[in-house]
Amino acid sequence: MEKIVLPEIENFHQLDVYLQNGGYEAAKSAFKQTTDQIIDTVKKSGLRGRGGAAFSAGLKWSFMPKNNDKPKYLCVNGDESEPGSFKDRQILERNPHQLIEGTIIACYAIGAKSAYIYVRGEYHKWIKLLQKALDDAYEKGFVGEKMKETFATDFMCNIYVHKGAGAYICGEESALMNSIEGQRGYPRIKPPFPAQNGLWGNPTTINNVETITNIPPIIKKGWEWFSAIGEPKHPGTILFGVSGHVNNPGVFELPSGTLLTDIIYKYAGGVIGDKKIKCVIPGGSSMPPLRGDQLEGVKMDAESLKAVGSAIGTGGVMVMDEDTDLVRVLARIAKFYYHESCGQCTPCREGTGWMLKILNRIVRGEGTKKDIDLLVTIAKNIEGNTVCALGDAAAWPVKFMIERFRVEFEAIVKDEVSLEPKNKVHSMRKTANPIAPVQV
Amino acid sequence: MEFKFSEENLQKIEQILKKYPTKQAAVMPVLYIAQEQNGWISKEVMIETASVLEMNEEDVFGVATFYTMYHKKEMGKNHIQVCTNVSCMLRGGYQIYDAVKEKLGLDNGEVSTDKKFSLEEVECMGSCGTAPMIAVNEDYFENLDKEKALQILDSLN
Repeated sequence: MEKIVLPEIENFHQLDVYLQNGGYEAAKSAFKQTTDQIIDTVKKSGLRGRGGAAFSAGLKWSFMPKNNDKPKYLCVNGDESEPGSFKDRQILERNPHQLIEGTIIACYAIGAKSAYIYVRGEYHKWIKLLQKALDDAYEKGFVGEKMKETFATDFMCNIYVHKGAGAYICGEESALMNSIEGQRGYPRIKPPFPAQNGLWGNPTTINNVETITNIPPIIKKGWEWFSAIGEPKHPGTILFGVSGHVNNPGVFELPSGTLLTDIIYKYAGGVIGDKKIKCVIPGGSSMPPLRGDQLEGVKMDAESLKAVGSAIGTGGVMVMDEDTDLVRVLARIAKFYYHESCGQCTPCREGTGWMLKILNRIVRGEGTKKDIDLLVTIAKNIEGNTVCALGDAAAWPVKFMIERFRVEFEAIVKDEVSLEPKNKVHSMRKTANPIAPVQV
Repeated sequence: MEFKFSEENLQKIEQILKKYPTKQAAVMPVLYIAQEQNGWISKEVMIETASVLEMNEEDVFGVATFYTMYHKKEMGKNHIQVCTNVSCMLRGGYQIYDAVKEKLGLDNGEVSTDKKFSLEEVECMGSCGTAPMIAVNEDYFENLDKEKALQILDSLN
């Protein structure tokens, strides 16, 4: 199977090796086309965003206003902080030039003169690798003022690397823009969308690192070639990062629509100790988990996963064997969202803390049956009531883990709820027992 | 303690400012430079950063406190970060964390009295496929178990 994003060529990250293998040819041919032609090609290719939402990349580009004097910007999102997701780092390490070339083509297509590649701060090593590649590309005249000469065009763009500083929320596109602007990473209310009002109030497009890395091959080989790979509704290859209880964890580039069971058993070497699978989170920690008995026949692409009640997310497959304590896993996931909630919206800021407290209580063996329903109530009240999707990301695991693994939770909680307040000072607890009827 | 950017770092800041249309946008990279020079982000560092970038002091304070990678107190020479998020947890992240805690005698966020070590329980570092992991300052150590993690601590000085 052909690898598009991570070709198996030795030292592909070096500029000379990249050039020997047709590097920067796609950019050359792109500058011979009009911007509309390029956007059209990307649209027809069916390329969908690899950052989680799986939105059509070409369509996103076409939202950028044409007759507008304002400067335009491109942001490339390499903040990947979703637990279970570690694919962008492979691109930064093994194929930075294709990312840079894709960035150049994207800048040309949307008319951006500046692009910021936002990489999470913990990736010190990979930021250095990317910066090295970028310096080489500048030196050889593929980026910056000199590219006019190299590509015989009037167009030029600059690419900058912006280093994050440990905030998961900055992977959200509007928070990412605020972060680049030098503010706290608070997500913005949408609309206005970034294409109208993005970086410093100017039209901006934000694409994931993996999405952008797919661009040069599409330009080089045409949309017909790309759209024929994998599932027609979500074509191309996807980087699946498999982690957890498997023999051979790692990132596998496979056509979309590959069977989840194939990814686990064929590529990731099966479950450690040949145990049974209790639970799989197919797309990074915020996506709804699947039970072991739900895995058979599940294809890994946006539409197929939606049909079975989960989502593709970032393609981070987390495998948990039959002995996993899912209550503890959920408590750990809840801790993550509590830690990463930016604090802007009340339902998320408070709700993530409440969910964590209750889950910790259950883990300690002090939970009651009503706590389980209370968790679901809180999750449902966060979902959809926040500025950005972090609220949903925090609510989904709780909601679906309880829906699909309720027995696990019921096994360790007490039946009866004691209304006797533990601390007599807070007698309010007697009257304010916040339990609502819940349908599961 | 008073803080002034070194001449060399002021030149670095000049270069950084060229990347952005506003001065404020440079605050994150400039805070990194300050942290490298000073070891941590003190109140004086924030005030000086604000004056170099012509920003409000409270805005710099807002940024420095929002992002976890800016240390708001002096950290150890070896800042040990242990990931305990799900992928690491499934492969023994908590065993490592507990062992490191015990060995260093530190809890989350604490610094040893000789300022040699500090410990932080961190969220997912993107090493899920090579879990469990610890990071020492900027370097990742992956595919660990308890023994290997403790060996790494021993090798540090």
